[in-house]
Amino acid sequence: MSDKEMLIPNKQEATQNGEPTRPEKQFVPAVDIYETQMAVTVLAEMPGVDKDSVSVNIEDGAMTIRGQAQEAIPAGETALAQEYESGQYFRSFTLSETIAPEQIQASMADGILTLVMPKAAPISPQKIEVKEG
Amino acid sequence: MAIIRFSNYPFFRNPWMDLEKMRREMDLLFQGMERERIGGHSTRIFPALNISEDSAHVYVRAEVPGVSGADLSIFAEGETLTIKGEKKIHSPDAASYHRQEIETGSFSKSITLPVKVNMNQVEAVIKNGILVVTFAKAEEAKPRQIKVNIA
Repeated sequence: MSDKEMLIPNKQEATQNGEPTRPEKQFVPAVDIYETQMAVTVLAEMPGVDKDSVSVNIEDGAMTIRGQAQEAIPAGETALAQEYESGQYFRSFTLSETIAPEQIQASMADGILTLVMPKAAPISPQKIEVKEG
Repeated sequence: MAIIRFSNYPFFRNPWMDLEKMRREMDLLFQGMERERIGGHSTRIFPALNISEDSAHVYVRAEVPGVSGADLSIFAEGETLTIKGEKKIHSPDAASYHRQEIETGSFSKSITLPVKVNMNQVEAVIKNGILVVTFAKAEEAKPRQIKVNIA
């Protein structure tokens, strides 16, 4: 554990296609991607997003993560200090061919989306013998 | 007839006025950049906090994704609120990382509440990676309507 103080991560803003219809920002969630023998796991940090306002879509070999965070300061309250903003989260990844898209499992806990993507049955390397003709 | 604000149209026009206006705007632009870089007047210590109020409560919200309630400790003392905790990401030992953007570690942040509160009525709830600490305002800090009497 480092004794360096943790700093607020910079929320990177995503470039949006076209103009947004709602005056809110679109952020790129920070992700961890790790691979084990069985699966590839993606963790995406989306604070303020509950399980019903997150969507994961797979289309043309690309996986898109979207989340809508609840308001940073709810209506009816007056802001006194504001260090974070709310908005949408959006990030898209290309899936490799070894992943079985129909077996992807998603779960949401503590503002972190976890996607477990099992690998399709590994293709065992086959050696073709070359005969003398 | 249009009403023209007197001060907007001085009788003696300053020939350098346009240049001064431009300089002011440049200054504002640089101030804006500075603010963007250091993140406003806030410290950049994790976690990011939003403080808000309504007539009876003060709310402190913290963005703490990946932190469970068990890993958080909150102390309220005098008018100071301290949030301490540890952010951990569990991954299997045999994992090889492709990307690691999520930061982990322990953190501690203290703030002074801008309003007098009743420290006996504090509630903390964590949901979806957002911690909400709700304080009841002290009686003397609640807004009081003053009736205007007609003499």
